[in-house]
Amino acid sequence: MSQPVFQAVQAAETTVLADSAVSEHQPLIITLFGLFVLATLGITVWAGKQTKSAADFYAGGRQFTGFQNGLAISGDYMSAASFLGIAGAIALFGYDGFLYSIGFLVAWLVALLLVAEPLRNSGRFTMGDVLAYRMRQRPVRTAAGASTIVVSIFYLLAQMAGAGVLVSLLLGITTEEGKIGVVALVGVLMIVYVTIGGMKGTTWVQMVKAVLLIGGTLLITFLILLKFNFNVSDLLGMAADNSGHGAAFLEPGLKYGATPTSKLDFLSLGIALVLGTAGLPHILIRFYTVPTAKAARKSVNWAIGIIGAFYLMTIVLGFGAAALLKPDVITASNKAGNTAAPLAALEIGGGGDSTGGAILLAVISAVAFATILAVVAGLTLASSSSFAHDIYANVIRRGEATEKEEVRAARWATVCIGIVSIALGALARDLNVAGLVALAFAVAASANLPTILYSLFWKRFTTQGALWSIYGGLGSSVLLVLFSPVVSGKPTSMFPDVDFHWFPLENPGLISIPLGFLLGWLGTVLSKEKPDIGKYAELEVRSLTGTGAH
Amino acid sequence: MATDAPPPSKGGSQNSPETPTTEAFVEVQKGAEFGELRRSHRSFAFPLTIAFIAWYLLYVLLSNYAGGFMGTKLFGNINVALVFGLLQFVSTFVIAWLYSRHAAAKLDPKAEAIKSRMEAGA
Repeated sequence: MSQPVFQAVQAAETTVLADSAVSEHQPLIITLFGLFVLATLGITVWAGKQTKSAADFYAGGRQFTGFQNGLAISGDYMSAASFLGIAGAIALFGYDGFLYSIGFLVAWLVALLLVAEPLRNSGRFTMGDVLAYRMRQRPVRTAAGASTIVVSIFYLLAQMAGAGVLVSLLLGITTEEGKIGVVALVGVLMIVYVTIGGMKGTTWVQMVKAVLLIGGTLLITFLILLKFNFNVSDLLGMAADNSGHGAAFLEPGLKYGATPTSKLDFLSLGIALVLGTAGLPHILIRFYTVPTAKAARKSVNWAIGIIGAFYLMTIVLGFGAAALLKPDVITASNKAGNTAAPLAALEIGGGGDSTGGAILLAVISAVAFATILAVVAGLTLASSSSFAHDIYANVIRRGEATEKEEVRAARWATVCIGIVSIALGALARDLNVAGLVALAFAVAASANLPTILYSLFWKRFTTQGALWSIYGGLGSSVLLVLFSPVVSGKPTSMFPDVDFHWFPLENPGLISIPLGFLLGWLGTVLSKEKPDIGKYAELEVRSLTGTGAH
Repeated sequence: MATDAPPPSKGGSQNSPETPTTEAFVEVQKGAEFGELRRSHRSFAFPLTIAFIAWYLLYVLLSNYAGGFMGTKLFGNINVALVFGLLQFVSTFVIAWLYSRHAAAKLDPKAEAIKSRMEAGA
């Protein structure tokens, strides 16, 4: 059964096939997109009517169950990067793409064992609540707000890049204006979701999206496995042959094994992935949507189960795409491989001329579109909450703002962040979105995780330590990215025509994460201020017992 | 210094009426019962965190520097690298389960007891 599969795919042919499938079945694709948008807008309006207090807007009224939140966390986490980026990375580089899945999953243990429950117990709306608890409020909240916004914007950039690529492929949009129009549409929708629906609306959108994503992925995974009679070894063998790399395709090293530098890059990526999750603001604020720490624990457990299952399926999707499609077909459609999963869906449904292929392509595209919309909404909410609650209410207004004013500030911040991300999204179209997300993880692990852990577990930690750690981790990771090959100096860079890179690694984690931890320690031992013993007692007892939790 | 502004207490209507004083927190923190709760959390969570990060780093390092070993075929096209990767999934599921069991048995009852006593204002 393997031969016909092989033959069907020739570079030019399939591109044409994809085009004809798109033009013939475009109404179907647009209908599915439209249905999702209408349904989620309905949810948003309904949730908006119930959003009255600040706790409703920021934390969905803290009324969600562990399972619901677990589903919503999965929805927030399984971004376009996981779905499109990992499948694409595996399809092009084989085994090396798999590292993303593993790092993204193992990372949840840091959140489960050390962060989720204490955060739920001692914070209220934002990551800054916990970071600033024992410290001087204004400087630490400013730092926490800055790093929340930077991490979220990096992450948003990745999602926006995915949106532009995907939707333009699916709707057959080829003009640059068209692609930018798509990015703008996504931006406007996310502004609507967040300003009207707040956390309650966003959480429901995440849940719907998680169910759609898991359902769509299950379907394609099943069909791919069916094609190979559920013989995974055959699937891998065909992927290896078809990739042109042979057995090396199934071994580590194809993307990262070439030079000592690229090996260090792999290590850097690995560290950033595993330590980043527990510092991602849009994930952390999800723990506030449940009533207790026990429910927060339960939601992480559900998330680990759902996300783990999903990543196992991305292995099949990625290697399936490699087995079914020639590598140049994948790269012809998108240099970074981001469209491998939808192309595999088209192929497994019977190819471009078949109705089956077109339907599957439409379904998977709608799922990917839903994924992007839901994740950008979550990210925008995280950054606008932090702006309103940390910076506006506690720094600018020094805690004197009313709830109403705070929520109004959050809505305006949403609009501004939406506009910024639309502008940036238009710039980053040809970067692999999984790689871009890995940068957000590196920044989160460098700037946020050290301060979260020190705050919760180290009695001596001081304001100066927190500031050095946040600004040091944030500054070093962003600077290293700026002078890395991601931004300039390579054909795959954001600006391929100029070269001002001097940092050899694409991921800064290897340097910036240890630096964040080191600066937190150094800032503390060198500071003259005495740690506030009383405040630490409050934070520690609250965080472990839930006494006085909001 | 850290007395600038009390951490978020706006909209205090949602606070339980019996929010304990800082002195009460200090007292509890020094007590044997809380000490035991802290020990049960840390003595479980910290070593386990170090263990799974080491296990994960072992995987990353082997992928990087032991390509020959990782490429060894076990059966069919299934090689050591793939099995090693899948074992990371298994270990993650197992550790999550172990921690949740430990928390339910050892942490929750102690935390609950301290919380209800403090919120009752005792």
